[in-house]
Amino acid sequence: MKEIVVISGKGGTGKTSITASFAVLGGNNVVVADCDVDAADMHLLMQPDFAQQEDFYSGELAVIDQDKCTQCGDCANVCRYGAIPIVDGEYIVDALSCEGCGYCARVCPTQAITNIDLMVGKWYVSTIKTGGVMVHAKLGVGADNSGKLVAKVKNEAKQIAAATNNEYIIVDGSPGIGCPVVSSISGANFVVLVTEPSVSGLHDLKRVYELVKKFKIKAGCIINKADINNEVSGEIEKFLEKENIAHISSLPYDETFTEAMTVGKTVVEYEKNKLNNSIVESWERVQLLINN
Amino acid sequence: MKIAFTTKGIYWDSVMDSRFGRTEYILVYDDETKELTNFDNRSISNEAHGAGPKTAQKLYEFNPDILITGNGPGGNAASVLKQAGIKVFIGASEMSVKEAYEKYKNNVLEGL
Amino acid sequence: MNIAIASGKGGTGKTTLSTNLAMLLAESQKVVLSDLDVEEPNSGLFIEAELLHEENKFKMIPEWTKDKCTLCGICQDVCNFHAVIQLGTKIMVFPQLCHSCYACSELCPTEALPMIPKKMGVLKHFNSGNLSFIESRLDIGEEQAVPLIAQTIQYVNENFSDNIIRIYDAPPGTSCPVIEATKDADFVMLVTEPTPFGLHDLKLAMETMRELKKDFGVVVNRYGIGNDDVLKYCTTEAIPILAKIPNDRRIAELYSSGKLIYNQHPEVRKQLDSIKNCILELNQMSAR
Repeated sequence: MKEIVVISGKGGTGKTSITASFAVLGGNNVVVADCDVDAADMHLLMQPDFAQQEDFYSGELAVIDQDKCTQCGDCANVCRYGAIPIVDGEYIVDALSCEGCGYCARVCPTQAITNIDLMVGKWYVSTIKTGGVMVHAKLGVGADNSGKLVAKVKNEAKQIAAATNNEYIIVDGSPGIGCPVVSSISGANFVVLVTEPSVSGLHDLKRVYELVKKFKIKAGCIINKADINNEVSGEIEKFLEKENIAHISSLPYDETFTEAMTVGKTVVEYEKNKLNNSIVESWERVQLLINN
Repeated sequence: MKIAFTTKGIYWDSVMDSRFGRTEYILVYDDETKELTNFDNRSISNEAHGAGPKTAQKLYEFNPDILITGNGPGGNAASVLKQAGIKVFIGASEMSVKEAYEKYKNNVLEGL
Repeated sequence: MNIAIASGKGGTGKTTLSTNLAMLLAESQKVVLSDLDVEEPNSGLFIEAELLHEENKFKMIPEWTKDKCTLCGICQDVCNFHAVIQLGTKIMVFPQLCHSCYACSELCPTEALPMIPKKMGVLKHFNSGNLSFIESRLDIGEEQAVPLIAQTIQYVNENFSDNIIRIYDAPPGTSCPVIEATKDADFVMLVTEPTPFGLHDLKLAMETMRELKKDFGVVVNRYGIGNDDVLKYCTTEAIPILAKIPNDRRIAELYSSGKLIYNQHPEVRKQLDSIKNCILELNQMSAR
């Protein structure tokens, strides 16, 4: 069982569309893990059945028991986030401002404050249209993705892959360079970097690769919309060569991704298009790279 | 000398866990007493953030000389291990604890 | 007048809209553009302006004073974020994990953990004609965007009068940084694409804005691709569509080399003009 993680520092590069195409090409030989839970879009292309769902708890939230509260105000005084305003004569916790540090509960003289585990979303195990399995999640408003949720989604995917003897786990990785993306790539066998030739695309690629390098994971790169700016594409290729990152493929600027998405399909399922072959070849290259 | 491993089980033929902070178990082998002890670290999955330093702190209590793991610890955990004077060897993924130990003995693993 | 530009996911054209809109407004009045996507501030790639002022931004973290410490362990027990741990006879602090709650510092019986400022990023203030451009950038390795966003908004509030139009380029998503960046806005513009992904992300963003009780409108970017579902949805939900910026490969090309489009593309100009008029109207209403 090998774990392939697809990431791109910046949004809008086509990461999810490419990941979904790989998932379709892999068929029921792969388990899909969608760790891009801030903007989890992949389910729109995979027709999951949401067969199994569970609440996800992360972080804590202070709750004040008004019966025990003596209105002393100690909690509001120590709160650095301004999360305990007085509303209609009662101290109440503003859930969006509370960071769950627990300081208020520790200073409350009447033990009126408890920290509760915060239900921030749900995670699902679904059968998708390929017959394969996908593990995915949805977060509520104001909930941050975390290493915890990513680890949970990936772990679940791994257990399923081990139990059913699947060859690959394909992970749609988290954006950015913070804790969730660290958790996304930790334990991976291969990282696919998806980028686009824009000033910001190159900048973000370099930043996210720093992380991959730190974890010493083999990586390859797909340059999407490569012909939109040949100069920057050239710079990206130079960067790949310098860092010894495999150049998996360069895809042209092509609206087929969008056309296919509009009818709920990945490009590899969509009738006659130029991208189709390039994506199939990219998937084959990824498998070759990972297995040697 | 005591050698610690990040693992998915508690035996010599258990598989290594390539993650550090969120490793499922820590195994510690004392090559003088030939004793193999283990710590169940699975409750770490309840931690939203800071898994690295927390596991590193736990590891410190076992006082190992060497840690053998897969991807290597992140920045925060690495600073704890450094402070604790634990030497880290990485690259032990997708193999049993036994194989990882042999690779270490044969100087195949990369030191940080 | 505070206008925030936001979107459910990255890469929808937030930065393109905020930079071009700000430059267009600056043709006729004073305007402040502030990039609050502090993890990846990209607006600066499109704006040519003179650097007026630069300042480091700090967050407060505890610093261990060995001599005063009795190793009682209270600090690590009260830290919910594992930012303070006791390692034998040492206390270690992890600045990136610290949420500056002060609990360890103030609950320490011997005052061995005073709070000290730690640099988390840099704020830069640029100027070009009518445009003031404020950009904050989080240092690499820092994970918490919220404090820097809050301080950046505070800087704008302290340095510019309420009457000036302020445009905030918010970070993508629906999590805490977005909430911090939009909570003081008088109006929020949600940028999306007319695709299934775009519609899905728009719904998430709307959910967030409704929770925050914000007035908002939608700007459809790359209009012409995909389908009509986003437009239909906005009609059903009675959400104003402020503009439809056309899908055109040339726009992507200009963007890729860091160029502005408002003065290069008549249709874009027309659409931005209608957003501008909408903002000026809102501004007059709020002035009354």
